[in-house]
Amino acid sequence: MVTLGLNPVDWLVIAVYFGFILGLGYYLKKFTRNQEDFFIAGRKNSSWVAGLAFLSANLGALELLGMTGNTFKYGMYVAHFYWIGAIPAMVFLGLYMMPFYYSSRIHSVPGYLRLRFDEKTRVLNAIAFAVMTLLVSGINLYAMALVLHTFLGWNWDVSMLISAGTVAAYVTLSGLLSAIFTEIIQFFLIWFGLFLVSALGIIEFGGVREVMARIPPSFATLWSTSGDPAQNGMVITWAGIVLGLGFVLSFGYWTTDFLVVQRAFSARDLRAARMTPIIASFFKMAVPFLVIMSGLVALALASDPKSGFALLRDGNQVNYDSALPLLIQRYYPPGLIGLGVTALLAGFMAGQAGNVSAFNTVWTYDIYRALINPKASDDLLLWMGRVTTIVGIVLSVGTAYWAKSFPSIMDYMQAIFSWVNAPLFATMLLGMFVVWITPNGAFWGLLAGMGSSFFLFLAVKFAWITPAAITLSPVASDMAANFWRAWWAWVICFLVTIGVSLFTRRKPREELVGLVKGLTAETATVAVPFIKKPEFYGIISIVVLILLNIYYW
Amino acid sequence: MKSIWYFVGLMLATMGAIITASALYSLANPPAESKVLAHLHPDLWWGFLMLAFGIFFALLHRRKTVR
Repeated sequence: MVTLGLNPVDWLVIAVYFGFILGLGYYLKKFTRNQEDFFIAGRKNSSWVAGLAFLSANLGALELLGMTGNTFKYGMYVAHFYWIGAIPAMVFLGLYMMPFYYSSRIHSVPGYLRLRFDEKTRVLNAIAFAVMTLLVSGINLYAMALVLHTFLGWNWDVSMLISAGTVAAYVTLSGLLSAIFTEIIQFFLIWFGLFLVSALGIIEFGGVREVMARIPPSFATLWSTSGDPAQNGMVITWAGIVLGLGFVLSFGYWTTDFLVVQRAFSARDLRAARMTPIIASFFKMAVPFLVIMSGLVALALASDPKSGFALLRDGNQVNYDSALPLLIQRYYPPGLIGLGVTALLAGFMAGQAGNVSAFNTVWTYDIYRALINPKASDDLLLWMGRVTTIVGIVLSVGTAYWAKSFPSIMDYMQAIFSWVNAPLFATMLLGMFVVWITPNGAFWGLLAGMGSSFFLFLAVKFAWITPAAITLSPVASDMAANFWRAWWAWVICFLVTIGVSLFTRRKPREELVGLVKGLTAETATVAVPFIKKPEFYGIISIVVLILLNIYYW
Repeated sequence: MKSIWYFVGLMLATMGAIITASALYSLANPPAESKVLAHLHPDLWWGFLMLAFGIFFALLHRRKTVR
């Protein structure tokens, strides 16, 4: 076991963090007066607050540890998750989809499905999302306890229960508002807490070029080896990256996953809501400095026997997730170790709070009010939100213990994402941009997409079909199979939705005003100068993305 | 309601002060086992940077309120 060896000063830094977030939850409680405040933070956040929360809801510690480890395993190709696998989708959300979401004054993504289609499509998505959120929340909790146990020697049960209790306390007190506040704090802690890992790594080698010179050439490029899957670390073709990750998984996650989109709903006006994902896109592009650079530094160190650096091993398996904690141990003196551990803790807890706040909203509006009590009062909804937060945390703890019994939990997590998000993106895309898509088309398309994704996962898992049948290449990694499975689920949902819509009854056009392109007034930001429009910043974001891809080609 | 940026500033300043104080103590009483690049004293200048940034942020936003 590696122990980061916490000193009293490190404990003090951690205690300051816990004190601040609990104090914030208590302070914000008096500003949480009704269900609007609790579930969508009163729609009063600036684009900067909503934008940083939007990014932070996704930037959990599971991702920080996992992506640093994945860089060690796959090389620079992991940067695709942050660039082509995120930026186009975030800009698309801000420019084209947000006007439909925000203008319809909904509280959740399933709420849009009810307005655009019908109740059954909404409930189908709400139940799938609620299950997914609880599973992801439990996995997040499990991963946190595992990390604290492995690297700090903390008791598994105690660390999990303390963290879950803290999140339950502050989310119950003030809902999405406190979740967003802690996500902003997490954003700063992650940057201040982990920036030095990459910076000191670069200093140790004498520059970025020196780091790159010490890693295998196939690990140091983004696209130049993507023509042949055998030539790159991720064992994938450019088509798998573009179609699976860049299109379906990325757009499916960033434009329809309520966990992140909910942050934009809290913005104070349409322009702020549209700017939310665009502001987040600039910071998203910068995250590889923290995770990719750290992974490359770890790879460069591991290739030099004199460095004394080697990843941990669990039996015969290399523990890739140990890369980041080992770098913290290598470079950070007392005080900074506390800051680094706090950054990871903040990431875990903010991820947990994000999942729980999304769960309580979807449960309260899209299941409880839709199916159980349509006439629920404002006070009852607020009460239900608070109770659901506690229930959600308790269920997450249960899920965490369940996750503990699975040997490869990341496989299941990827399956869950491609099961819910990938087909939903086809439903949303058709619903927002094609007037004649019908409620029955959306429902059966979504069901077929979710079912096929689940079936493909099982078929590969139990060898009913070979992975090559879905990846269209003779060799493929697990990651490549995930990308391609998402693509096929999207295609099936897309085709079934269109097919069924051709033969079923459409909704009257007057009921679709404000929900579909072509029936919605272009109210966005007509009177604003071009340099203040979301379109201007969206274009800059895409240009920076293109330049980064060319530079690291 | 006070702005979130005010609380961010307060927290960073508090943590920065703790890290700076710890770094100064380590400077006066060097630990037996040092980390890689310890001679650069990253805790000292990073703690000071956090302290300065935190104070600046807290002062800048101390009077701002939301709604």
